[in-house]
Amino acid sequence: MPDLGKYAFEVTAAYAGSFALLGAIVFASWSRSRKARRDLAAAEGRRRNG
Amino acid sequence: MSLWSFANPAKFMKVTAPLVPALSGLSLLLLVIGLVWGFFFTPDDYRQGSTVKIFYLHVPAAMMAINAWGAMLLGSLIWLIRRHHVSALVAKAAAPVGVTMTLIALLTGAIWGQPMWGTWWAWDPRLTSFLILFLFYLGYMALWTAIDDPDTAADLTSILCLVGSVFAVLSRYAVNFWNQGLHQGASLSLDKEKNVADIFFYPVLVTMAGFVLLFLALVLVRTRTEIRLRRLHALQLRERMA
Repeated sequence: MPDLGKYAFEVTAAYAGSFALLGAIVFASWSRSRKARRDLAAAEGRRRNG
Repeated sequence: MSLWSFANPAKFMKVTAPLVPALSGLSLLLLVIGLVWGFFFTPDDYRQGSTVKIFYLHVPAAMMAINAWGAMLLGSLIWLIRRHHVSALVAKAAAPVGVTMTLIALLTGAIWGQPMWGTWWAWDPRLTSFLILFLFYLGYMALWTAIDDPDTAADLTSILCLVGSVFAVLSRYAVNFWNQGLHQGASLSLDKEKNVADIFFYPVLVTMAGFVLLFLALVLVRTRTEIRLRRLHALQLRERMA
């Protein structure tokens, strides 16, 4: 870990906040995609089975 | 193969399926390399100390905040001119990614600004135009969810996107238009004299490439989701009518 000196809080907060936001958009996109794929597969299954 | 063939949702899904894992993996690799390089293996700035490490997140996020709006503008124009649904969905899909990038740029800028300028926020041309761009992103997303008819929603959000483009351009060039305020001019330049030192430049270049690929991967994932949701909606309507 590099010595961040007197700005350690600012640098850590900037990285933590950015990673949290990037993680949130990646997770939201992935989970919404999974749900849409599952729901569509179920709807197409119902359609095939009449 | 014509570019317009991607306007066919089935074709778009087929072509983009292998691209998503490739773009995701490559973006993760570049982000890890760029951020580890910048955070652990570059020196502090002689004036800004260790806060210069915020640069590796702030600059790529700000760049993508503006470019995401550019991608939305392109999608909106194609929708308005050629009425291709996939292009409207690409614009819709890019907005949440763009707003995240804008928020990262605003957040890291405020955290960086406090020790360097003595304030979290100032009504500086670039900061203010970025805040307005952020509000445009929120308005754009709210408009999509507020209108039930997808074609009307695409029409109105496309017009909003055209109007908001003024602020996307201002966000980039505000410092040049109004030579005042706290925010410095562009950190990166093709002019070697004006560019940041190479030791900071190369890692930020890698991080920027990582952000671009992450944006593309997320937009593809979200566009594919929108296409699936449209198909699901159509099937559900058919079920109800049967």
